[in-house]
Amino acid sequence: MATVAAVIASTHHPFYYRASTSTSAGRPPFADEWVAKIDAFRETLTRARPDVLVMVGSDHFHQLWLDNMPQFLVGKAPFYDANYYNEEREFGLPRMFLRGNEELSAYLLREGLDAGFDLAFSNELRIDHSVTCPLITLRPEADLPIVPIYTNIFAPPLPQPRRFVELGKIIRQLVEAWPSELRVAIIGTGHLSLELGGPRQFGPHGPDPEFDRKAVEWIASGDLKSALAEVSLDSLWLPGNATHGFMDFMLMMGVAGENVAADYVDSLDLFHTMEAYFTWYPEASR
Amino acid sequence: MSKYLVNKFLFTVDRDPELVERYRADPGGTVDWWEAERANVILNLPTGERSTWLTFTEEERQALATHDYPKLFELGAHNFLTLTLFIAMFERDYDEPLGFQLEYARRLSHFALPYPDIST
Repeated sequence: MATVAAVIASTHHPFYYRASTSTSAGRPPFADEWVAKIDAFRETLTRARPDVLVMVGSDHFHQLWLDNMPQFLVGKAPFYDANYYNEEREFGLPRMFLRGNEELSAYLLREGLDAGFDLAFSNELRIDHSVTCPLITLRPEADLPIVPIYTNIFAPPLPQPRRFVELGKIIRQLVEAWPSELRVAIIGTGHLSLELGGPRQFGPHGPDPEFDRKAVEWIASGDLKSALAEVSLDSLWLPGNATHGFMDFMLMMGVAGENVAADYVDSLDLFHTMEAYFTWYPEASR
Repeated sequence: MSKYLVNKFLFTVDRDPELVERYRADPGGTVDWWEAERANVILNLPTGERSTWLTFTEEERQALATHDYPKLFELGAHNFLTLTLFIAMFERDYDEPLGFQLEYARRLSHFALPYPDIST
């Protein structure tokens, strides 16, 4: 059976690439600290020696549109082109080209459907920064095949938070039962409190530091009970109008397991939003 | 109310570099042209298989034609689509990093929770 070599959850900040690669005058004052934290975070994936990456993210109105919007979608393609003109324009992100693992995609689709998740699929998916940002931070060589899984945290009506958790649990179970000798890292990115296109955007820190503090604690300790008790589709508007991306963190809590503390926890309070990085090593607890 | 169509305008302009410039330079003309020629095009269908029923309300048309992003927020246009396109058009006019984004927040500062519904 396959091995879940690492479970990783993080924010995906599209400004990291430009901040980390800029030099001299254009380099923001927080860049060095940010790069140091990312270097340490990257090591948590490297040491897990993964062969394939399951990448959970969310399309930001690039390929998926309101005339045909899936709630949960699995990419099944041999290759994925990545990043878009407007991400190059706004964030300076490079175009990327990634290999897929169709066998694992097909397996997750078939078994996921049979487990009660009516997953959509795509045979030609262009990936956006929700998946490429964690590659840039965690695996900048982008040399491993991926299986992208997209969630709708963006275009209401959205699935309930508990469905994200349930999908995470199923992904974990299915990967562990996959008849393969490969080492699989399951990586997902979301947000803590975040406001985009609203009056609280781009403040000196995230729009709701108290939510961020609680959220980091829930994730770090695997406290799904508290997260599910306090988080609802309605409540997520309060910390910031883009905070539904937190449900991708909840999905990753489902992958990591209830009450399983993360082996690695770090965060960085930036202007605009708090960065947070978590890694679990399921092998160590077996 | 046609929030979907407002979003479709923002979405289709944002992904096309020429349209971004055209909308910046001539908002009224771009909105009129787009509503006449593009509003009913279904994005993954041949243009002959278009819809026949999509139009802006006068309020939506006016908000788009005047680059009135606080009004678009009030009307429930998707916050991410509006922000992304308006950054593309106007960030260049500000000297300070995030100058436009902070001005954008300031111009929306009269909105309190709950914000207008963005469901479509």
